[in-house]
Amino acid sequence: MTLDAIINHLMSDTVDSLALFRPELVLCATMVVLLLAKIIPLLDRIDPFLLALVGSIAALVTAFPEGGLAEMAAVGRTEIFTGMLVYDSLTVSLRLILLVFAVLFVVLAKLTGLADRQDGQDFFTLVLGATLGMCLMASANHLMTVFLAVEMASVPSYVLAGIVKGRRRAGEAALKYAVYGAGAAGVMLYGISLLVGVLGTAHLPTVATRLAALDIPAMLADGGQMGTLMVLSLAALMIMVGLAFKLSAVPFHFWCPDVFEGATAEVDAFLSVASKAAALALLVRVAVGVSSPLAENVASAPPPHSVQLASHVSADGNVGVPTIGVAAEAIAESTDPLSPVRTFIATLLGVVAAVTCTFGNLAAYGQTNIKRMLAYSTIAHAGYMIMPVAAAVLLMGTNRVAAGEAISALLIYAAIYLFMNLGAFAIVAFLRNAMQSETIDDYAGLIRTAPITAVSMTLILVSLIGLPPLAGFIGKFAIFMSLVDAGGALMITLLVIASINTAISLVYYLRVAKQICIDPEPDSRGPVELGILPSAYVFAVTIPVVLLGIYPTWLTNIAQVAGEQLFK
Amino acid sequence: MNLSNPAVYLSLVVFLPVLGSLILAFFPRGSEEAQKYFTLTVTVLVFLLTLGMFGFSDVQFEVGQADMQHLFAYEWIPTFGIQYLMGIDGISFPLVVLTAFISLLAMGASWNIQKHVKAYCILFLLLETGMLGVFLALDFFLFYVFWEVMLLPMYFLIGVWGGPRREYAAIKFFLYTLLGSVLMLIAILMLYFNSDLTKLQPEHLAAAGIITQQVNDEGEKESEQDAFSRWSTSDDLLAARYKEARAAGLPLPTFNILAMQQIGQHTDQFNGKMWLDKSLQWWAFVLLFIGFAIKVPSVPLHTWLPDAHVEAPTPISMILAGVLLKMGGYGIIRICYPICPAAGYELAFIVCSIGVLSMVYGAFAALAQKDFKRLVAYSSVSHMGYVVLGLGVWSAWAGTNYDPYYWQMGMNGAMFQMIAHGISSAGMFFLVGVIYDRVHHRDLDKFGGLFAKMPVYSGIAVGIFFAGLGLPGLCGFIGEVLVVLSSWKYSQALAVISAFVVILTAGYILWTIQRVYLGPEYKGPHPEALTPMTGREMSIAIPLLVFAIWFGVYPRSVLDYMAPSVNQTVDQLTEWTKENVPAEDARAVALAGPLRGPDSGDR
Repeated sequence: MTLDAIINHLMSDTVDSLALFRPELVLCATMVVLLLAKIIPLLDRIDPFLLALVGSIAALVTAFPEGGLAEMAAVGRTEIFTGMLVYDSLTVSLRLILLVFAVLFVVLAKLTGLADRQDGQDFFTLVLGATLGMCLMASANHLMTVFLAVEMASVPSYVLAGIVKGRRRAGEAALKYAVYGAGAAGVMLYGISLLVGVLGTAHLPTVATRLAALDIPAMLADGGQMGTLMVLSLAALMIMVGLAFKLSAVPFHFWCPDVFEGATAEVDAFLSVASKAAALALLVRVAVGVSSPLAENVASAPPPHSVQLASHVSADGNVGVPTIGVAAEAIAESTDPLSPVRTFIATLLGVVAAVTCTFGNLAAYGQTNIKRMLAYSTIAHAGYMIMPVAAAVLLMGTNRVAAGEAISALLIYAAIYLFMNLGAFAIVAFLRNAMQSETIDDYAGLIRTAPITAVSMTLILVSLIGLPPLAGFIGKFAIFMSLVDAGGALMITLLVIASINTAISLVYYLRVAKQICIDPEPDSRGPVELGILPSAYVFAVTIPVVLLGIYPTWLTNIAQVAGEQLFK
Repeated sequence: MNLSNPAVYLSLVVFLPVLGSLILAFFPRGSEEAQKYFTLTVTVLVFLLTLGMFGFSDVQFEVGQADMQHLFAYEWIPTFGIQYLMGIDGISFPLVVLTAFISLLAMGASWNIQKHVKAYCILFLLLETGMLGVFLALDFFLFYVFWEVMLLPMYFLIGVWGGPRREYAAIKFFLYTLLGSVLMLIAILMLYFNSDLTKLQPEHLAAAGIITQQVNDEGEKESEQDAFSRWSTSDDLLAARYKEARAAGLPLPTFNILAMQQIGQHTDQFNGKMWLDKSLQWWAFVLLFIGFAIKVPSVPLHTWLPDAHVEAPTPISMILAGVLLKMGGYGIIRICYPICPAAGYELAFIVCSIGVLSMVYGAFAALAQKDFKRLVAYSSVSHMGYVVLGLGVWSAWAGTNYDPYYWQMGMNGAMFQMIAHGISSAGMFFLVGVIYDRVHHRDLDKFGGLFAKMPVYSGIAVGIFFAGLGLPGLCGFIGEVLVVLSSWKYSQALAVISAFVVILTAGYILWTIQRVYLGPEYKGPHPEALTPMTGREMSIAIPLLVFAIWFGVYPRSVLDYMAPSVNQTVDQLTEWTKENVPAEDARAVALAGPLRGPDSGDR
């Protein structure tokens, strides 16, 4: 192929890809406008909140698939930007979750006064920048975009953690987060380079085909080439380090409580919802991607040169020549060669999930600071949400429909989790403004002075436990169903662990509910006035938690279609 | 709203309290009295609606019909195959009426609540919805949702309005029940993923109420096959999914409890091997039984109950004892046995032993109590043991030539005992509450001589306590005697022990009456407060006493309603035993199993 042909192809590919990249483009444009607003005299009269709101709503509108949500079934799977990113139902649904959250979050930041007229531009630029990174995480299809997206989402988050100037705890939190994040990113990058070194490609579906071509069962059987296997396992573990850091999965969770305590509650909401949802999407991309070669990838689409280009780019980053070069065409249709890979990844994820949710729930017991407690609670929920990914990886080999259902369980959970955690942290933020305290003890007797907030908080906490008829139960139920569907000793053990964890988590969530609803008010606290708008906001984000619990059909239908589409 | 539509009618029964609680939320501050009256009105309306099914409305409960009546199904969460499926039969109907009745009386007993009246009333109504829903739901998911809906209101009702150790008691109640229900959830999912509607024959689908056979003008029922072909070509969503699954050769799992019963009894879908070489249904049975046994509560899972009862306010104690405990028994008869018959047969002796153990342990524990309310609580443990024993006496096996008679007697006795205990225990807790409101203590050693000060109260109390004791002519007797008689055919050892429990029961009840009501003079604190019962208190206690006597004298007024459905359940299980447990096996089990007591072969 001549240079001209490549350039021509790149041009047309890029132009075609941009159409599916609209939400990200809108986010970029909004960020530019926000930054300009700081320097151009006339623009700085406009409240940055309005700019950010309009920008995020516009991004949300463009994120809907053509023809609305009903057309989710027609999304299909398109690799864009020469296979660096992928546009499919997971991209669409995750982007929707992230952008719905972005809109709600912008409103929250305005209501709590975190983003004022002077600093608002900076704050919203960081928020939208991180959201952009997260959208990329959700659509990453190449190990390089994986790394770039993680960094793009992380760096603004570091700054957001320390956004409140002059507070030592906030600075400490930001520094801890940054140092930890840099370490994890480094390890992850090393893992990526190992994988690319062995397989000669960084394009995830191609990674899967090459892994299949390696014929690991045969390698295991004859005992030769153990070195290759070691390197591959090491690479998987190292990549997992980076993902686990973003997910705050044990044992890479240490930053989470400290950062959550130091950062403001609004930023905590951002980290716990958006960041986690994106990290989960990325986990799905990597874990499911490398364990399932796409049927059409082997056969026809995407055009072979896109694969070559992608692998070429990554090979540039590595000095080593691909040790094992296998032509993609040679890969047999059978997916059996990947079964050791799947078992390895599923076991790894299963163990991490089990430890994460048990640890998170147990550690939440002793907390006196509400943000710290909720931090451990998000760790536990990350554990629950890793479980369906493990189930999906395991199911990829046997039943791709069921694997899609496992991913839709994850989507259901993530969508519900958005409202639960946003609601919880919003209440914490409003209460901090009203009474300058974030200790659980100071929440005592809130029901007497702020009944709507207290009832909302109780409902959210109960939903976080996962009790019907609130939405949290539907999410948990969907995940449990995917675990039973996957079957096998590992998944059933996970199911039992998750169930027992539900009972464990009851005590600490209910302790807060008890403080709010039963205990007498402390003498030290004055009256708590929340104002109309904050109360309305809290009410508005709590309503979905109730309604989605009673009538989840709408959500489950969309998630099901999205899941079905994914592995067709 | 068309009240002749069973879907509307039954939904209204369940959700009227929720509607009431929503309206209640808009009552202004300071209207406490009005809030209580409003809540009372809602409970009265619900009770009237349940009474309407006795023939005063278009949705009538047909006496003598064993099958599920007024069955209706709507798609709720089609993604997971979950339906809004409800219906009523002889097992659930008496319990629904009991629930509405006890709720009404408990609301009447709530007039002393002064703290946060609005919140109390809202939670009370939510609790009532949960209880009614459990008895009417026939979709396993729906059942589970209602089962859990009760937990939170109950937690707050005990935790806010309870006694000094209320928070401990409330969380203990919550934790125990939640642990039981997550085990139940695991069992539900296991059963769901192993069920397959497409493997059921048309007659089984008809028995599960999924297809309905029309009756033509000459009174002939159309055949199951015709009904099936009519159903499968209809535009019913389930029928469409059925066809789709059939065509693709994929299983069509279901949450329908009735369908699961058919699957459990007529197919081998739940017989797959799981851990420890036990079948899937063995594990499902164990998990479900633990969940229900916590609710019943059976020893050794009963420890939440005395704490919860002692700390709960009087009306909530009435509901706890009168209704909540019945859900455990209801779950065993509706879910455990019909869905997992093989496991039920295998574990029957253990179930019965747990029942007898609860009877004996509860009675001894009651004897040892100093706290009046705790004594009544332990008496509940003991009395609910009869229910577990009566449900479990699987005497229909080869040794008795598959004679279902005694098992029917046991199950009917257990069901009757649930109703009788609902009346007598609610009454006992209310009467303890009456005296506690006056003298603010419950120490049995500091009572005495109440007969002289409060003659009417003491008269009613003695009547209700005798009903709890099981005195012939009162409601407690019928259930106990049916259960004990039926257990003789199953295991004489258990029968002898359970007969002895009657003596223990008489011991603690008579001793209590002696310590509280008899004696020369009341010497405890606040003697001046011992005023006669008020009219409100009488209007709660007297209906309970009337029913305690009525059911004791004329038990058919309950048995006629429940017996057809209960007998059909037993007949189906007997049928299953006949087909699946050959005589040689049964004899081998009887000979080899040291657990099984000596059985006499002839009837």
